[in-house]
Amino acid sequence: MNKVLAQQPDAASAAAAPVIEFRNVTKRFGALTVLDDFNFAVAPGEKVTLIGPSGSGKSTVLRILMTLEPFQEGQLTLAGIPYHEPNGKGPFRASDRHLHQIRSHVGMVFQSFNLFPHMSVLRNVTEAPAAVLGLSRAEAECRAIDLLRMVGLADKKDHYPAQLSGGQQQRVAIARALAMRPRVLLFDEPTSALDPQLVGEVLGVIRNLASEHDLTMLLVTHEMRFAREVSDRVCFFDKGRIVEEGEPERIFTAPAEPRTREFLQSVLG
Amino acid sequence: MMYGYAWDLTTPLTYAASILPILLIGLTVTLQAAAAGFALALVLGLVFALLRRSRIKAVALTTAFVVEFLRDTPLLVQLFFLYYVLPDYGITLPAFLTGVIALGLQYSAYTSEVYRGGIEAIPRGQWEAATALNMTRWQTYRDIVIPQMVPRIVPTMGNYLVAMLKETPVLSVVTVLEMLGLANMIGERTFEYLVPLSMVGIIFLLLTLICSAGIHRLEKVLPKAGIPLR
Amino acid sequence: MDWLTYLPSLAQGALVTAWITLASIAIGAALAFAAGIARVEGGRAVSTLALCYTEVFRGTSLLVQLFWLYYALPLVGLSFDPVTTGIVGLSLHVGAYGSEIVRGALNAVPVAQREAARALNFGRVHTLMRICLPQAIVEMMPAFGNLAIETLKLSSLVSLISIADLTFRAQSIRNITLDSATVYTLTLVGYFLMSLVLMLAMRLIERMVRRGAAFPRAAHA
Ligand SMILES: Nc1ncnc2c1ncn2[C@@H]1O[C@H](COP(=O)(O)OP(=O)(O)OP(=O)(O)O)[C@@H](O)[C@H]1O
Ligand SMILES: [Mg+2]
Repeated sequence: MNKVLAQQPDAASAAAAPVIEFRNVTKRFGALTVLDDFNFAVAPGEKVTLIGPSGSGKSTVLRILMTLEPFQEGQLTLAGIPYHEPNGKGPFRASDRHLHQIRSHVGMVFQSFNLFPHMSVLRNVTEAPAAVLGLSRAEAECRAIDLLRMVGLADKKDHYPAQLSGGQQQRVAIARALAMRPRVLLFDEPTSALDPQLVGEVLGVIRNLASEHDLTMLLVTHEMRFAREVSDRVCFFDKGRIVEEGEPERIFTAPAEPRTREFLQSVLG
Repeated sequence: MMYGYAWDLTTPLTYAASILPILLIGLTVTLQAAAAGFALALVLGLVFALLRRSRIKAVALTTAFVVEFLRDTPLLVQLFFLYYVLPDYGITLPAFLTGVIALGLQYSAYTSEVYRGGIEAIPRGQWEAATALNMTRWQTYRDIVIPQMVPRIVPTMGNYLVAMLKETPVLSVVTVLEMLGLANMIGERTFEYLVPLSMVGIIFLLLTLICSAGIHRLEKVLPKAGIPLR
Repeated sequence: MDWLTYLPSLAQGALVTAWITLASIAIGAALAFAAGIARVEGGRAVSTLALCYTEVFRGTSLLVQLFWLYYALPLVGLSFDPVTTGIVGLSLHVGAYGSEIVRGALNAVPVAQREAARALNFGRVHTLMRICLPQAIVEMMPAFGNLAIETLKLSSLVSLISIADLTFRAQSIRNITLDSATVYTLTLVGYFLMSLVLMLAMRLIERMVRRGAAFPRAAHA
């Protein structure tokens, strides 16, 4: 199964250079400062979960990484590439070509799946590899079928998104993101829009991904048990900063910060 | 020379300036025709919308057909029909009035659809609550349905008013001396049509921009929850 | 029965009306997509240009435009025959109103769809052509249907720049026979029937577009 995903650089050299690095990043929406002097790094292959109260800026972190939102101050690098170009113009301070290059290393799985409703499942997964990576239809389909098999939906390839359950749609969305062979995969509350009985199948797919591949994963989730299982590191995020981070066992059993404790109490009940 | 104003053909600009007063007289006719036509369309459209909801099948179906027919045939031909056919049956109206009726009829087909949409958008629960309070059908319309409907339909109605305004030049073909009619007359006498026609275009453009801005404001001012009639 | 003798002439006029209407709808639709897409996707200069086009042709009366073109086109050396003038005028009108439909439908495509396309690194053109337009076009069809009927009705105005369409023929016959009631009733019925046919055609096109955009007919969860 490894062959369907991108080759990752070997772990030794990776430990030195983080694949994602936020340095003193500040992000504002008008007068509202969402990220305030934010520092955060993720090592290659690492699985990191962001937890925190609603409105604390977790999605914003992912959306900045996906170049869906610009930021105002500080530096952000992905695989060593800075997001801002020295003479970059526009809100992103970078050319379209530069953003294109950055995005070629990142994929994203959205809370509301965002599948293309007018394309079949297969087409959803093959469209980008064919159009953006320049794969032939046959190659793209080959890759797509492998991935659909991996998420357990090969038999649904000719269905349309509206004919699938939420859980199935989200699994297709995961396959769609993987088909671009990103080094970093972002998940923004991938199960929040799902009925409780469908959450398991999606978490199962993500869990397999996490355990079997050295893909770098950054997750935002409210599924605490799941976070504990799959993450190498959990970051508790509040008011645009990381309040506390560490191994999941420690964060969940012995949080040091009172704010973390409070939050965990409120979500774990 | 028209309405006591002489034209000055030295340059296009002096020409434009000299005929502006004449065209403004035409503008008042345009505005009157649109205002009267729209008032008629608002009343007639409501009548059609209510008749269409009649419990008597024949009435509802006939109304639906009439509305569809009015909506699917050109204003110009409807206008000719009224202008030439009515006198054959002994009804002789001034051209202006004929024009107003034609505008009102054509647009009543549109407004009745707007009313219908507005009425249908009222949640079922509102009708049921009114029934539970033992209100009559008429009281329900007056106190519940229409007040809630008004803020929703005002923007659409406003757009139809602007649309009607731009169709009033058609009345010039039955000798109503609104702006376009006057511009054509000036053209006939000076053999220079483009300046008067351009001026009419510009005046219409200004008029529609102002009206659209007005509708936009009105939309913001209107209370979303509804306007009580009493 | 006199009215039978009117029919051949009216039918000839109806053909002219049909030709002018269809040509204007086709050219106007192309203009509508160009201007609508320019408004949504164009840079500042391009979208402002498209906005000006839309506002000018929506803001000034069609009949004024037709007369204006009728007198202006020969001056710039284009001694157009009236039919061309009529089609140009109507097309510009359809294009302006249609561009609002296109713009509205493109803007109604959920932002999330654009974001998903961006996350997959699609370029702007690809996002527009493969993601946004196919979804938007289905939403445009009912409004374009209304615009088509509107165009048929407005085409009657070309009779005033001496094109021998249905309305023009009706006028001519009436002027000779003074049989107003019969002539205009026939004419109104003629337009009504043509509207019905046009409506039916637009429904068929809508169904084709829906199938072309490959939306599933029934959704089940
Ligand atoms: N486009 C925007 N314009 C203005 N404010 C925004 C925008 N997007 C997000 N915000 C604000 O930024 C803050 C952080 O939002 P974000 O979506 O990152 O929170 P979150 O941690 O993901 O919350 P949740 O758990 O509810 O998804 C919120 O206060 C939100 O209101
Ligand atoms: Mg969020």
